[in-house]
Amino acid sequence: MLEQLPVLSLLIWLPLLSGVLVLLGPGDKMLAWSQRFALLISLIVLVLCVWLFVEFDRTTAAFQFSEQARWIPSLNIEYKLGADGISLPLVMLTSLINLLVLFGATTSIRFRQTQFVAAVLLLTGAMNGVFLAQDSILFYVFWEAMLIPMFLMIGIWGGPNRIYATLKFFLYTFFGSIFMLVALIYMGRDAGSFAIDAMRQMPLSATEQSWIFWAFLIAFAVKIPMVPVHTWLPDAHVEAPTGGSVILAAIMLKMGGYGFLRFSLPITPDAAASFADILIILSLIAIVYIGFVALAQKDMKKLIAYSSIAHMGFVTLGSFIVLQLLNPDAQSMAMQGAMVQMISHGLISGALFFCIGVLYDRLHTRQISDFGGVVNSMPVFATLLMLFILANAGLPGTSGFVGEFFVIISSFQADWRIALFAALTLVLGAAYSLWFYKRVIFGKPANENIARLDDVNGREKTILIVLAIFIVTLGVYPQLLISVMQPSIEQLLDFAGNSKLGGG
Amino acid sequence: MYNLMHLLPEMFLLTAGCVILLIDVFSKDLDRNLTYRLTQLALLTTAIICVVQFPQLQYHLYGRHYVLDPMAGIIKISVIVLAMLALLFARPYILPRRILRGEYYLLHLFAVLGMMVLASGGSMLTLYLGLELLSLSLYALVAMQRHSYQAAEAAVKYFVMGAIASGFLLYGMSLIYGVTQQIHLTDIAAYLAQNDASLTLRFGLVFIVVAIAFKFGAVPFQMWVPDVYDGAPTSTTAFLSSAPKVAAFGLAIRIFGYGFIGIAVDWQGLLIILASLSMLLGNIVALAQSNIKRLLAYSAIAHIGYFLLGIISGTAAGFSASFFYILIYAIMSLGGFGCLIYLGQGSEDVKDIDQLKGLGRKNPWGGLLISFLFLSMAGLPPFVGFWAKLEVFLAVLNAGFIWLAVLGAVMSIIGLVYYLKVVKVIFFDEPETEQKIIAARGLRLGLGLTSLSVVALGVFPSKLLELCRQAFEYL
Repeated sequence: MLEQLPVLSLLIWLPLLSGVLVLLGPGDKMLAWSQRFALLISLIVLVLCVWLFVEFDRTTAAFQFSEQARWIPSLNIEYKLGADGISLPLVMLTSLINLLVLFGATTSIRFRQTQFVAAVLLLTGAMNGVFLAQDSILFYVFWEAMLIPMFLMIGIWGGPNRIYATLKFFLYTFFGSIFMLVALIYMGRDAGSFAIDAMRQMPLSATEQSWIFWAFLIAFAVKIPMVPVHTWLPDAHVEAPTGGSVILAAIMLKMGGYGFLRFSLPITPDAAASFADILIILSLIAIVYIGFVALAQKDMKKLIAYSSIAHMGFVTLGSFIVLQLLNPDAQSMAMQGAMVQMISHGLISGALFFCIGVLYDRLHTRQISDFGGVVNSMPVFATLLMLFILANAGLPGTSGFVGEFFVIISSFQADWRIALFAALTLVLGAAYSLWFYKRVIFGKPANENIARLDDVNGREKTILIVLAIFIVTLGVYPQLLISVMQPSIEQLLDFAGNSKLGGG
Repeated sequence: MYNLMHLLPEMFLLTAGCVILLIDVFSKDLDRNLTYRLTQLALLTTAIICVVQFPQLQYHLYGRHYVLDPMAGIIKISVIVLAMLALLFARPYILPRRILRGEYYLLHLFAVLGMMVLASGGSMLTLYLGLELLSLSLYALVAMQRHSYQAAEAAVKYFVMGAIASGFLLYGMSLIYGVTQQIHLTDIAAYLAQNDASLTLRFGLVFIVVAIAFKFGAVPFQMWVPDVYDGAPTSTTAFLSSAPKVAAFGLAIRIFGYGFIGIAVDWQGLLIILASLSMLLGNIVALAQSNIKRLLAYSAIAHIGYFLLGIISGTAAGFSASFFYILIYAIMSLGGFGCLIYLGQGSEDVKDIDQLKGLGRKNPWGGLLISFLFLSMAGLPPFVGFWAKLEVFLAVLNAGFIWLAVLGAVMSIIGLVYYLKVVKVIFFDEPETEQKIIAARGLRLGLGLTSLSVVALGVFPSKLLELCRQAFEYL
């Protein structure tokens, strides 16, 4: 039944247009209706994603459900969409997280709610567009367009220092991506087409590759974020409203990783190979140094933000260690690890930010020292948070374990020292996660307010339980995800392994 | 005997201008409603004639002094539409002020006439004629607010600078005429194809480049821009910063593209300096502005820098990129100054960025539409400013100037800072008064039209891009 529909376009335009519709609508006077409408739309989007997941052909790396239309013929820019094993899981993650954010926002956002709902819908559409676009300029349009609703979201509903944080967020990201634009134009001019596929096929000299590689690197490194351009993230996370933090951590950070896999590795394989050392070292710095930084945080959101940077270090490590591995099995394992880590971190960090939101809504503080003994008044919450914290620390049986374990195992084959440093995260991650849990949850109630806390309500419980189910399912049975990714990973490794120089 | 039908739009506009002038003299309508309506009607009719007579080919008419080609057609139509929008903004602006005179509308008509002649100029004489008619009308429009010292200062500055620029232009033209013995641009091109360019001729070309840079306000000939934009009545600034730039583009193309394409290397170097300095200075100085009119003025300088990138490439594709850029910029600039009129209550002028505080809360729609304009100026997709930037970057990359594209990219990051500052003030700052902005219908219409066209063209830019391509098929 759905075969006749342009499903990928629907995934983008349904939320975008409904977002505009909600903006145009009656506003906060009929808030309940706007919210129900938005939830309905997100639900439809999620159902479409599930349909894609079921129908997805797991034997080919080709783009599926492709759509193509003329857009700007004079510049050879096309409206071209397609899903493969790399983008499909991310689109599913986007749709799931945004549905949960909309579901949760009804309680945590207290003013201009309709506009918030519209912003989330617009973000959903634009982010799906980033993952589905197969034309580089279309990709860039969504990539930048997404910034505007996020900018407004942090700036309007954020904390006290929100304006500084949101400007910093916007400028950092724009700073990165404008160089990517120049690189894309440069290649599109030579290739005669802006299609990503044409760029993967086109020959590029070593000099060209390294310039393009660095242009991409700036864009994606800011987004992931990698050390040393990570400083916008703690600010943005701390000031953003709960929903904004969740979207930032769960989805936006993944765009950097997606960019590496979609652009850097296949388009500039030789430059990527020659700069892989630098990337690996930066990833290790993110994993170890930022792990220590996370340990020292007093603010809950900052702690999770830094832990996000450390965890995303595994994504970059997994993506670039591939270039130093010779054994194809190890390569494919590293890549699987990087991609599972993206999805898993999306779920776990999303869940943790939701949890912090639950506490913040009740006590309006995020200082760890203001808490203690929460378990006495919120036992259900404490149990769920326990699961997420352990997943964050990489406990086997949760999705957090799979990605890190794969990356560490495969990096052993490249160099034992890399694996050693990467494995430090098992200690550090456990340390900052569990210590955080201990300070907030255990002990005597820190003050009267905590003793009088209400446990999670039905809405919050639903959100957290849904995320918990996914985290455990992927931890126990990662094959569910890997079977979708595998053909695309093989193809990607093929591209990354083939030199574009000298007819090779 | 010449067939005068090709001149119909110009002749109609001239006649209409004279008739409306007469009607205005005897009109007892103190609000000048009649004059306003007749002016808009005259412009609309001229636009319709231009559309009906749209030239599909290139015609050289009237002793080759007059060229009719798709580029001239597009320039004329867009200039008229921009003037109509500018009048839409101007009407509520001048009503409560002491600028309310029939001449205010009529001068727009004559400026448009000048721009139309300029767009069709086939010889240096017609070009100069058109430019002077345009400039004289603009001097008067800036000076209209007689009782304001600032406006008087702006008018004197504008006049003196404009006169110097015209002098430069004329001097350069006379040198070129002296060397080539030709007045027609096609003849000059033919001369250059056969002869080497002498030093005197290049000297003349430099004078012409300087004059054009003056008119565009490119660094280092930008001194008048902030003062004039700031001092002139806002409605005049809106007009001044939009339509004449499109017409001046016509002048630049007739000279660089049609006349001196043979010695492109000579003017390319000059334009590269102008463009990179404009991008640098315009963007950096705009950062420090707290007066929004001056901010927009410096941003105009920066935009001229980007716009010149396309011309630098010296190819039809590059010219069409610049054409697209200047058309888009004219819409955004008109909207940008128009929104200041929209925000002003009574006879109070909006100048400080702080006056935009909390607009997003008081008037969410007004705030959103204004933000669209500013984000588009910053070159952010999905707004049309992005495609304009993409086109010019593509053009300079094609011409092999990668560093210029990178400079443009870096400068647009700086540009984003001050455009975002405006968006920040609109959406994140607390309003100083709870009083909502109640704007006249014409203002809401004008703001809505400019802002929504920025969005619509951003999503579907292909038609306009193709039109700009077609304009240079005869180069």
